[in-house]
Amino acid sequence: MLQLVGKRLVQMILIMITVSVLLFLSFEADKLNVASKVLSQYSTLDQRLIWLENNGYNRPMPVRYFEWVWNAMRGDFGESIQFATPVSKLLKEHLLNTAVLGGLVFFITVSISLVLGVLSGIAEGSSRDRGITVLAVLTTSIPEFASATILVAIFVFWLDWLPGTSPFTNGLNWNDVNQLVLPVMVLVIYNFGYYTRMTRASMAEVMTSQYVRTAILKGLPHGRVIKRHALRNALIAPFTVMILQLNYLLSGVIVTEVFFSYKGFGKLLYEAAMFGDIYVIEACAMVAVFIAVMSQLISDIGYTYLNPRIRFS
Amino acid sequence: MSDVTAETAAPAPPTGLKRLWKSIGLLRESYVGMFGAVLVCFWVFIAVFVDLLPLQDPLAQTRGAQMLPMLTADAKDVMHWMGTDDRGRDMLARLMYGARVVLFWSVLATVVAYSIGMIMGVTAGYRGGWWDEIISFIGNVFLAFPQIVLLLVIITAFGPSSQLGIWMTNELGLDKTLVSGSLIIIAITFSTAPQVARIVRGIVLDLKTRDYIAAAEVRGESPLYIMLVELLPNARGPLIVDACLRLGYVIITIALLGFLSLGLPPPDPDWGKMISDGRQWGYNGLNMMLWPALAISSLVLGLNLLADGLREISLRD
Repeated sequence: MLQLVGKRLVQMILIMITVSVLLFLSFEADKLNVASKVLSQYSTLDQRLIWLENNGYNRPMPVRYFEWVWNAMRGDFGESIQFATPVSKLLKEHLLNTAVLGGLVFFITVSISLVLGVLSGIAEGSSRDRGITVLAVLTTSIPEFASATILVAIFVFWLDWLPGTSPFTNGLNWNDVNQLVLPVMVLVIYNFGYYTRMTRASMAEVMTSQYVRTAILKGLPHGRVIKRHALRNALIAPFTVMILQLNYLLSGVIVTEVFFSYKGFGKLLYEAAMFGDIYVIEACAMVAVFIAVMSQLISDIGYTYLNPRIRFS
Repeated sequence: MSDVTAETAAPAPPTGLKRLWKSIGLLRESYVGMFGAVLVCFWVFIAVFVDLLPLQDPLAQTRGAQMLPMLTADAKDVMHWMGTDDRGRDMLARLMYGARVVLFWSVLATVVAYSIGMIMGVTAGYRGGWWDEIISFIGNVFLAFPQIVLLLVIITAFGPSSQLGIWMTNELGLDKTLVSGSLIIIAITFSTAPQVARIVRGIVLDLKTRDYIAAAEVRGESPLYIMLVELLPNARGPLIVDACLRLGYVIITIALLGFLSLGLPPPDPDWGKMISDGRQWGYNGLNMMLWPALAISSLVLGLNLLADGLREISLRD
């Protein structure tokens, strides 16, 4: 187990290093481009050259790269061009908002999909199973920005129940909690289908296994067979997949944040991309990859821990 | 040996068209798959024959006929079945021509990403060793990015206003649409090919142990022959299902880029861009947003249901 974790850690570090090199090369290999982004496109060549000299950009590239990585590891990602504030400060605020949205979505999605997946998996081929499967395919086919459009049409314009944007101008607080409803709904609708199908597949597989059949033939009550014998084994695979899927969830969160003007990580990255705020883009991409790689690690460790066949081998 | 089999041989497998008909006939057994196929065929038909349909010019802007609701005629008594957008362009025509734009770029992007992913996967799986390690590592690096983050990074670093974009415009003489289109294809290839490679590699690792591969190796066939003639055709079942799903994702991605104004340049109709155009008008833009949202959902739904139906059938035998 320890060996596996060690191997994964090494792989994770290698991926982070490669990603950082790629990001650095894509955004900072061309010095003049950096200067024109920072000083705006209307600056003169002389101004740009002076800026480059003053900010140490004329040193060799490896030196600049290591300095960048060293600063990034200490949480210093430079200063945002667009907002003229330290990138780390921006990141902290926006990541917190995204964590609230993402956490809520993850919790609700997992609850719904476990229930639906188990309900459809224990009765494979029944009309309930088919209904749930079709519903899952239907909802995963509607991309976030399309379902957001449709939901806004229904709940904002037609029923007039909810606000159409979620800017949280007074910061996150309980009075504005209705602003969170639509973004959460959009993300849950898009994501629960895949989780449900994973759970269903795993449950259906376990239900046909020998030990479940034995338990049923032994005369145990049906509910007890499901709770004690089937569920525990069936939830290992979906659990790890759900954590792995955090990566995709983050993608969806970005779109939803842009759609509802929710001040989160995704909106920060999107606005930086539109503005050409390279330090913010670099920082956001590094953080996103870090989250993704960490979730992969946690999912691996979780799988090993939950699955005794691997744990004790 | 050959004499014996010639007499007792089963009837020759139907060839070409006949086999295609048989496969389509199989699909009929799955209602879900059939429904998906109908949806997909509808949009493909529209995309191919949109020029022949009695539609208005999707780019013609009519003054005084902006943002008409659906089923209204403008001052010149031209009927707008789905209304018009904020520049007085006919929504129905834009939606139908948009199908061509979306399907053209998404099919092209999927084909490119799939080809590269298959080459990566089949060589990594068959050759193994250090080559496999390298390919898998490259794949893991790009899969570590949430997809949209990767797209945003690629398009901001190498977008139309970057040096690559300027080089493509000036040196290759491509127009704006082609520059944006090829950048979209590059971005989608980076995010999709590793996923395809991973799937193909998994299948190839399984197929590699089969007897007919050993037989081909003993016959002295070249690795290229084994990969192209023995491995890939036998991996086609799961790959066709995956390609359907993948095309759906690519369509979502392209529309998404349009929605984020990072996609194809205006004025060509692009479903994602149409939604974001409508969004800035709030309630009044609802008509402009709903139609493209329904169009993209129905197309992706069609592909997902088709993939589901195909999988169901392939699992049956």
